[in-house]
Amino acid sequence: MSDSTVAATASGGSPKISKVSEAVIRIAGNSQDGIQAIGGFLARLAGRSEQDVMTFMTIPSTISGGPSIFQVRIGSGEVLSSGDEADVLLAFYQHSYENHIAFLKDSGVVLYDTSHVTPNPEWQKKYRHIGVPISELTIEAIGGTAKDKGKNIFALGLIARMFDLDVTKLERLVAERFRGKVATVAEMALTAFRGGYGHSTATLGELYQFTAPQKRDKEQVVMNGNEALAYGLLAAGVRFGSGYPITPWSDLMEMLRSELPKYGGTFVQAEDELAAVSIAMGASYAGHVAVTGSSGPGISLKGEAIGWAVMAEMPLVIVDVQRGGPSTGMPTNIEQSDLNIACYGGHGDCPRVVLAPASVEDCFYTAIEAVNLARRYSVPVIILTDQAISTRIEAFDMPDLKTVMQDLTPDLTPRADHKAYDLKAVDGVTRHAPPGTRIASGIYPVVTGLEHDEVGHPTSSPKLHMSMTAKRRRKLQALARTLPKPELFGAPEGDVLLVGWGSTKGSLYEAVENARAAGDSYSCLHLRNISPLPEGLEKIFDGFNHIFVVEVNDEGLYGYGQLAGLLRSRYCDPRIKGINKTDGLTWRVRDVLSSVKERLSVPKH
Amino acid sequence: MSTPIAEIERKPLTKKEIAADHPTWCPGCGDFSVLALYFKLIEKRKIWHEKITTVAGIGCSSRFPYFVQAHGAHYIHGRALPFATGVSLSRPDLHVFAFGGDGDAFSIGGNHFNHCARKNVKLTYLVMDNQVYGLTKKQTSPTSPIGFKSKTDQWGSMDEPVNPMRQALSAGATFVARTTHTNPKHLLEMMEAAMDHNGFSFIECLSECTEFFEGAFDASNPRKGGEFRDMPAGHDVTDEIAAYKAAAEPFPGHFGIFYKVNKPTKNEKEAEINRRSREKVQGLADWQILQQNFDRMK
Repeated sequence: MSDSTVAATASGGSPKISKVSEAVIRIAGNSQDGIQAIGGFLARLAGRSEQDVMTFMTIPSTISGGPSIFQVRIGSGEVLSSGDEADVLLAFYQHSYENHIAFLKDSGVVLYDTSHVTPNPEWQKKYRHIGVPISELTIEAIGGTAKDKGKNIFALGLIARMFDLDVTKLERLVAERFRGKVATVAEMALTAFRGGYGHSTATLGELYQFTAPQKRDKEQVVMNGNEALAYGLLAAGVRFGSGYPITPWSDLMEMLRSELPKYGGTFVQAEDELAAVSIAMGASYAGHVAVTGSSGPGISLKGEAIGWAVMAEMPLVIVDVQRGGPSTGMPTNIEQSDLNIACYGGHGDCPRVVLAPASVEDCFYTAIEAVNLARRYSVPVIILTDQAISTRIEAFDMPDLKTVMQDLTPDLTPRADHKAYDLKAVDGVTRHAPPGTRIASGIYPVVTGLEHDEVGHPTSSPKLHMSMTAKRRRKLQALARTLPKPELFGAPEGDVLLVGWGSTKGSLYEAVENARAAGDSYSCLHLRNISPLPEGLEKIFDGFNHIFVVEVNDEGLYGYGQLAGLLRSRYCDPRIKGINKTDGLTWRVRDVLSSVKERLSVPKH
Repeated sequence: MSTPIAEIERKPLTKKEIAADHPTWCPGCGDFSVLALYFKLIEKRKIWHEKITTVAGIGCSSRFPYFVQAHGAHYIHGRALPFATGVSLSRPDLHVFAFGGDGDAFSIGGNHFNHCARKNVKLTYLVMDNQVYGLTKKQTSPTSPIGFKSKTDQWGSMDEPVNPMRQALSAGATFVARTTHTNPKHLLEMMEAAMDHNGFSFIECLSECTEFFEGAFDASNPRKGGEFRDMPAGHDVTDEIAAYKAAAEPFPGHFGIFYKVNKPTKNEKEAEINRRSREKVQGLADWQILQQNFDRMK
């Protein structure tokens, strides 16, 4: 609870109230306890209260149960990461208590369920302990027998009291959440909430109040990365998709399956990954821009088809929600280890577009960008998200959907002549003419994975292979020239440049802020266009003594990760070094900074 | 969206207009016959150039789209059916024809065959079965008979071959027919019936590979001393058991429609889901539908 200033002090036995600008609350329990729901409510409330918010969660890969956490950081100012340490730990079980106490700030607060947790006397000296018989009181409050039902909402009530949250708004959120279910469920939830909220403030001791947030011009929406990406695809005009279940991509697929029919679209659950990409490809061929996606091994399986899309010059959007690999790897953990397969996967010279959204809001806009690039350049576009960003909840400005919404109805306008692979096309950029398009010349295109001539008929002519290979490359070089110069966070010159990509942006920016506050001249370059890269990065690199590419992947055989490898091969700059880790979790700000310090202290060879 | 030219003024396409590259097939290949009758079908049924959608995977027979002057896709090995599924489900105005060989259909693409059949996607799949891998020069195929000597089974093929009719029936195909390249009239008849079927229509067409499995189908060819046997008179095409029995007959067996039933297609079922979903958002523009979701996430 940084910037905490005591605004009101205790008087007449009522608890002390401290003003805080932000707070990190870690909720630890089991996955079936509905701890995500508490976090979700807190996040959504923050959004409705013009606050900034970011969450972080872990999920066990078991079907039901298993320890799980949900961390929510709420701030009246900008929140860049979900927080290294928690101000409050809400522990439902002994294991939640023991495994997560280390993440608590010194003198942080442990709010625990006395029905399940026995506090450790040593820790009681270090942290403020508040024991509430959450399970028992919940049963009392709702008069239920289902022991674990409702205790999450009871706990939400406790937190609401502790942080003096807007009860009216929270109750409305709870009611909205259970709308559509039987009335008793919503009532029970509200009763549990009020039970927690009405719990004696004497037990809670010190209370907190958020400082007033900055007034915002726009309404905020609160959602996770998967939701933002799915909505982005819908806004982009995507009306067809296909996929196969695999964690953590499945959530996105399920959303598309239920949403697309409202727009007259279809999402097909395919028999396997190969069928999924192929069904989507068929729809793209038919004139749509279709979407498919996967995670982990599913991406490997789609490889051949992605190569076909490059060769046949077919627009397609492929979402890769990265997880720990290789092989089945760690399905519910975070890793940024698919950059190589996204950029280089597949045989042959196979250039394609790779984008990596940097925040939940960016997931929405990246989806639109991906669709438009796929269409404009007739090329497969891979969106690299990961387990962290896909489940992370953030608040962002409500987009102007009326302006953003695109119509991608297949264009079947008859044409005089059409060459699917016209070598004279400017920058090698051609557009696909879907079936149904009448071509007056009577010469119709075949789209193909074989090397081909301008209308798609097979050839083994070396000259044609050379010029077609160049065409497929040139159009992406042209795309690269249109990319905006990436923003540098921090000063354009300094000692250390942190380079990152994808979901780590917030942590890296916060690392830069903290380093600068400590007097170190750090800056950050965060890339969201991975392939092709934007131009001019070497000029940015020139301003710094050290360049560290921070990634959640292995340092590889030669001491640097996957983006670092790409940048090294592009810029031949030996100063590009890697800071890597493979613990399946997001980067904590202090770990980034300590890794940099460690690397700087290594004497030069 | 579609062509402004009144279709009534248009003359049926001639073979000259529909033929593209000269086929790369070997002289005497059965696939020529299928191509010729596809042209005839287009001509007879007045399918316009832009509406012809020919999809294929990989193999000799899968070269098909190059020889047709129309929209075509030469996709990857074994995946013609899912690709065609994407076209069919997203473009109800097109009738999709997928062509391939026995390797494409029953080996590398075996999974897709089963699922496309059970989903009853509206499209026609014609498999030119030559019982050998021809493009890669004589390896065993999933339909090669036991004892067939190939480069990968020098001592004769040992694995039980796939029976395409039985495979299609058990997968839930709603139209299952068998024909041969040596009986053009019958082949065209089957293609027409398949095209008219509302659902997944599958034709196995025996198509001799003169290069690597010469004489494979002589027993079904009267010109080679064999016998072409139509399905027995009175065969009930809706009788699944009768279809299985016919499928179990030893080579050369019968030719004709083994099985044909009407069941709702995946296309229709998806359209129904759409209709019901659209009812709930009646009168709203796309952006307003999305706005509803965003409003719930405030």
